[in-house]
Amino acid sequence: MNKVIKYVMTDILRNKIVIGYTFFLLLISLSVFNLDDNSTKGLLSLLNLVLIIVPLVSIIFSTIYIYNSAEFIELLVSQPLKRNKIWISLFAGLAGSLSMSIIAGIGIPILIYSPTITGMVMVVMAVLLTIIFVSIAMLAAVLTRDKAKGIGVSILLWLYFSLLFDGLALFILFQFQDYPMEKAMVVMSGLNPIDLGRILILLKMDISALMGYSGAIFRDSFGSNTGFIIALLIMISWVLVPTWLSLRKFNRKDL
Amino acid sequence: MIIASNVSKQFGKIKALDNVSATCVRGECVALIGPNGSGKTTLIKSILGMVVPNSGFITFNGKNILHDWLYREHIGYMPQTGKYPENMTIRQVISMMKDIRQKTGPENLDEELLESFGLNKLLDKRMRTLSGGTRQKVSATLAFLFKPDVLILDEPTAGLDPVASEILKGKIIKEKQKGKLILITSHILSDLDDLITQVIYMQDAQLIFHKSLSDLRADTGEEKLSKAIASVMSKSCYNE
Repeated sequence: MNKVIKYVMTDILRNKIVIGYTFFLLLISLSVFNLDDNSTKGLLSLLNLVLIIVPLVSIIFSTIYIYNSAEFIELLVSQPLKRNKIWISLFAGLAGSLSMSIIAGIGIPILIYSPTITGMVMVVMAVLLTIIFVSIAMLAAVLTRDKAKGIGVSILLWLYFSLLFDGLALFILFQFQDYPMEKAMVVMSGLNPIDLGRILILLKMDISALMGYSGAIFRDSFGSNTGFIIALLIMISWVLVPTWLSLRKFNRKDL
Repeated sequence: MIIASNVSKQFGKIKALDNVSATCVRGECVALIGPNGSGKTTLIKSILGMVVPNSGFITFNGKNILHDWLYREHIGYMPQTGKYPENMTIRQVISMMKDIRQKTGPENLDEELLESFGLNKLLDKRMRTLSGGTRQKVSATLAFLFKPDVLILDEPTAGLDPVASEILKGKIIKEKQKGKLILITSHILSDLDDLITQVIYMQDAQLIFHKSLSDLRADTGEEKLSKAIASVMSKSCYNE
């Protein structure tokens, strides 16, 4: 398996986009921390970057990469290699190299300016979100044969997770405002990895008081260590389920 | 060695393979012949596991290929249009394949074509800069590189210049004499005359016949393969 990962990794690292992405993240993190003496404020600004740009870049880059390596995949499939192995290697190569950019671009500045638990949680969330969106991208790419359509589906998925889902949640909240919706909101937040990431980071920032009553509910549900671990497990299942689905599909795909 | 039993494959509404059964044995050189879109490439891709049939099964050396992948170690495949990672050089592609197949050393490798095609001088060229013919040469080199027991060549001589085409034909004959199973599809029937021993004729996703070349010659009374196939084709058209 390592061999295919090796070729995927070298191919991605030779691709200047990932290096550019790393420097972009590094530049933004450094400037955000240098704007203000208060590193918590810096972290808060970084939060939006992590929640918007990281999923976007991960999903778009991975989708395009999968389509562009169609030839590579075709070549490998005719070789004595298990299809599972090829697909997992592609996933590991993509997730690995993009996570490395996150660690270099966000992890290092956080380690320098704000080496707190909150900072660490943010790096972990950024890496998890990267991996989640790589696996969603691979599912989108394996389901649609057409490249333009696949990239469109990816952009729509990103839009859904980062904007539309929140709108939908608010809509439901307003429609059912006469009912106790707190428990339902906690469950709903598990349906969106970006929301889950945001809640987990905000809770560590001790500004959940600003979120009012629902903040208290989230604090109750995710604030404890067990809650945190359950949330992490949900995030991990967000990696595993799309990967498993795409793997099933890829195993039966005609090339 | 390769047995296909009642293999059917459908792409959407189009039938690509309809109940195809065939048996190929070591030492044979089989030509897959048929009009465009008759399912030749689909059959080849099914054998390679690149296309998963809707029904029926294929065995390689007695083992079902469905959940197996190691059998591909024994196959050298030359695709119709060789697709390679565009920004890799020829050298990188070849060394990657060696790495994946875990074969090194001159005793396991056959680099004859690399030299006779003159690819040695082009090793540092990137795949995207290569012409169609040169890509075909790379595909052919890779197919023969690992001394496989089975060679599957999809339109091997299409796009090759006459010199390269002769080199490749010489190589195929040489490998045939070593007792390997060779499967060839081609539309240039005159190329096949001195290569093949068996003919599989496909039309409209169905296998029409599988005969030895001498039987075909006897049945049609034609000496040349191209004439023999032409008489078969016109007969089937006439019947319709």
